[in-house]
Amino acid sequence: MKDHSVRPATWRVASAALAVVLAFSLFGCSAKTTDNASTEPAPVEKTKVVMASTTSTQDSGLFDVLIPAFEAANPEYIIDVIAVGSGEALKMGENKDADVLLVHSPAAEAAFLDAGFGTERRDVMYNDFVIVGPEADPAGVKAAGDLNAVMTALGAGRAPFLTRDDKSGTNAKELKLWAGASVSPTASADAADWYLSTGQGMGETLKITSEKQGYTISDRATFLTAQDALDLVIVREGDSGLLNQYGVIPVTDATHLDGANAFMEWITSAEGQKVIGDFGIEKFGQALFTPNAK
Amino acid sequence: MGIFIDAFRDGLAMLVSGATDVWTIILVSVQVSGVAVLLALVLGIPAGFVLGSKRFIGRRMMLVIANTGMGLPPVVVGLVVAMLLSRRGPFGNLELLYSQPAMVIAQLVIALPVVAAVSAAAVSAVPRELRLQARSLGASRFQEAFMTLKEARMGLIAAVAAGFGSIISEVGAVTMVGGNLAGKTRVMTTAIVQYTRMGDYGPALALAAVLMGMVLVVNILLTSVQSSAERYER
Repeated sequence: MKDHSVRPATWRVASAALAVVLAFSLFGCSAKTTDNASTEPAPVEKTKVVMASTTSTQDSGLFDVLIPAFEAANPEYIIDVIAVGSGEALKMGENKDADVLLVHSPAAEAAFLDAGFGTERRDVMYNDFVIVGPEADPAGVKAAGDLNAVMTALGAGRAPFLTRDDKSGTNAKELKLWAGASVSPTASADAADWYLSTGQGMGETLKITSEKQGYTISDRATFLTAQDALDLVIVREGDSGLLNQYGVIPVTDATHLDGANAFMEWITSAEGQKVIGDFGIEKFGQALFTPNAK
Repeated sequence: MGIFIDAFRDGLAMLVSGATDVWTIILVSVQVSGVAVLLALVLGIPAGFVLGSKRFIGRRMMLVIANTGMGLPPVVVGLVVAMLLSRRGPFGNLELLYSQPAMVIAQLVIALPVVAAVSAAAVSAVPRELRLQARSLGASRFQEAFMTLKEARMGLIAAVAAGFGSIISEVGAVTMVGGNLAGKTRVMTTAIVQYTRMGDYGPALALAAVLMGMVLVVNILLTSVQSSAERYER
């Protein structure tokens, strides 16, 4: 009986709360529409260009500087960045879900062009990879001579190694390094104990590496950005084998091929290259990418 | 439509061939969510019984909390559990983050309010007179509780199904606390995200089909429970 007397009151309170919420959301919407109407008597018809790129580039923060600079120089275009692994970025190009690609997986890029999915490819910039691990360095990477010795030390499985295993450019680089040292981590008997596949982006993989106190390979930019939250240090850097080349590829028969070409021209121009070369100096005291368009 | 046909063919071939990684993923999903739901039952049904049958100060507040908990955003649960278990967090020395126990904890937090609230509703639907009558016929408190839960069994099955459904499809929290580690913490939802990100639509679609199948079974169970409950009322 008690419940019967209480329920209507509860309903009234609930519906009143709902009404308030609805009123606010309606007000919010209408305010936004009027705002748009008054501020956007667009003089130029803007074309939306979809660029597929990689999580590591996105995580570095480069696009927050690069895209506005491009849009300022080319007001007729708006760039939408979809940040995925290099594998999916190329797949998006193949499916024509993207107009232009900015990726770093040279072998996969060459195959993409050979299949006729891209109109051309130009070098844009490079950054470098670093091998990171616990300060204590249980695998003895710091003592290793060359890069192959580093991979052999890691392949001994004395500490976890976290692989992204996601067909990303970083993953492709890692596999190349193992192959170079003739180490096959998946073939080792106790691979399940130390060779761990995250299947995720760089930022997430670094976090997992830190928690597991293992090793991984990361692009420098993402590591520097995430460093404060990690209990990891750089255990190897500077080898020529650790360079990471980025290329730009307009997609064949893209919906907005003109925009894709404009982006390629701009990012390889002196102006675009300068934006890249300056990025990171203010925040990290060093440039994160080295422009090298020809 | 070619994209779907190709992917479906790839995925089906993968499932039939018994590709170990795909089946491991399915197994880990069922294992983690199964344990989480079991724990949610052990804690949630007694809580639901008390909330649904007893009258005490703070009951309404606790019902509100349970009902709010049903709408708890899984990513928030993931964030808080990840922070608690992180190496730098208060329970860091347990080294639990990115392991199956961490996923069970997060899923338990998500499923518990669902199980508690649904079983509270089921228990409160059992006529009070019935319980009073049982007591007057000499039933002990334990016997009374047992009888009430037995009467509410349809609703309790619904609680199980709703709890399981709320976590098996969840992706945010399990990514954050599980880490999607192959063979260890990779479950169907996180694998679907990963395969899609890699452009491998085949295995993604295959896992999606298995996941949909499980959700379907759960909902068939729910619907049949509801319709049999309707019969019972009539």
